[in-house]
Amino acid sequence: MHNSPIATANHEAHENPALLHHFATEEQQKNAASLGMWIFLVTEIMFFGGMFCAYLVYRYWYFGDFGTASSSLDLTLGTVNTVVLICSSLTVAMAVRCAQVGKQKAIVVYLLLTIVLGLAFLGIKAIEYKQKFDENHVPGLAGFHLEGHIPRHPDIPVNQQHAQIYFSLYFAMTGMHALHMIIGVGLFTYLAYKASKGVYRPGYYTPLENGGLYWHFVDIVWIYLFPLLYLIDRHP
Amino acid sequence: MSEHISPVKLYVTIWLALLVGTGLTVYAATVDLGAFNPIVALAIATTKAVLVVLFFMHVKYAHERLTKMVIVTAIFFFLILLGLSMADYGTRLWT
Repeated sequence: MHNSPIATANHEAHENPALLHHFATEEQQKNAASLGMWIFLVTEIMFFGGMFCAYLVYRYWYFGDFGTASSSLDLTLGTVNTVVLICSSLTVAMAVRCAQVGKQKAIVVYLLLTIVLGLAFLGIKAIEYKQKFDENHVPGLAGFHLEGHIPRHPDIPVNQQHAQIYFSLYFAMTGMHALHMIIGVGLFTYLAYKASKGVYRPGYYTPLENGGLYWHFVDIVWIYLFPLLYLIDRHP
Repeated sequence: MSEHISPVKLYVTIWLALLVGTGLTVYAATVDLGAFNPIVALAIATTKAVLVVLFFMHVKYAHERLTKMVIVTAIFFFLILLGLSMADYGTRLWT
């Protein structure tokens, strides 16, 4: 009887107070939490998937208008934001690693760095939105106007309705992405507070790890948004 | 019970690879590749996404096979969404 799973579980429960009684082992508990997080991310994939699908359909239908509208975005700011987000993914990965190896102060430092990078991304995004409003590139507003012609067809002017569909998708997709970033910054503020209390340690850092999974997912969404929205017609 | 702890060097390497990928995709967009422009852009993006999933999200080291199955299932259904939608919207202009 000494080697039965239940006996082992009880034994572990005394060693690790974070192990809930309905899990046999720490590993099983961690796997269950991780699987639950992944299933949530699946719903997120399908959520963003609908918008990516709408993008694909209209990109195919209004190919030239999308090209011209896309080139009106600020490529420099978009690239800088991509770099900022990739850096924030590294700092999150490092924060989780610090929990794994028990460097509790470094967790807080890396999480604060992540929050700063996340806010930097949102700030740059706000500047880009401001530019679009100043340029009258906001769909639905009375003054909407996009100058220019279809790429490589100087005789065909941009269709204003089709361009507005591009900008609708641009604001919907980057807006939902930004909302996820805002939620992420909130999450990390909470996690940094908890980490500063020394809650996360080698035996227990599941909230931190799942917060990290969320952030990396948001990063992946941007990895696709960046080429699809900014880079579709940049060549001569 | 053992969990995988990746070395710092690996994280930094993946980070550098993601930065190189970003530079590459911006450069590739300025070159006229015809129909291959979007293909190259999506190939680079997918490579970056796979690096993030495998190493930053630790899927490469996940003991739980269910996690991998959930991810593959999600991609499968997402591709069904795109594939069947385009089978309709993409062919409406055909005569």
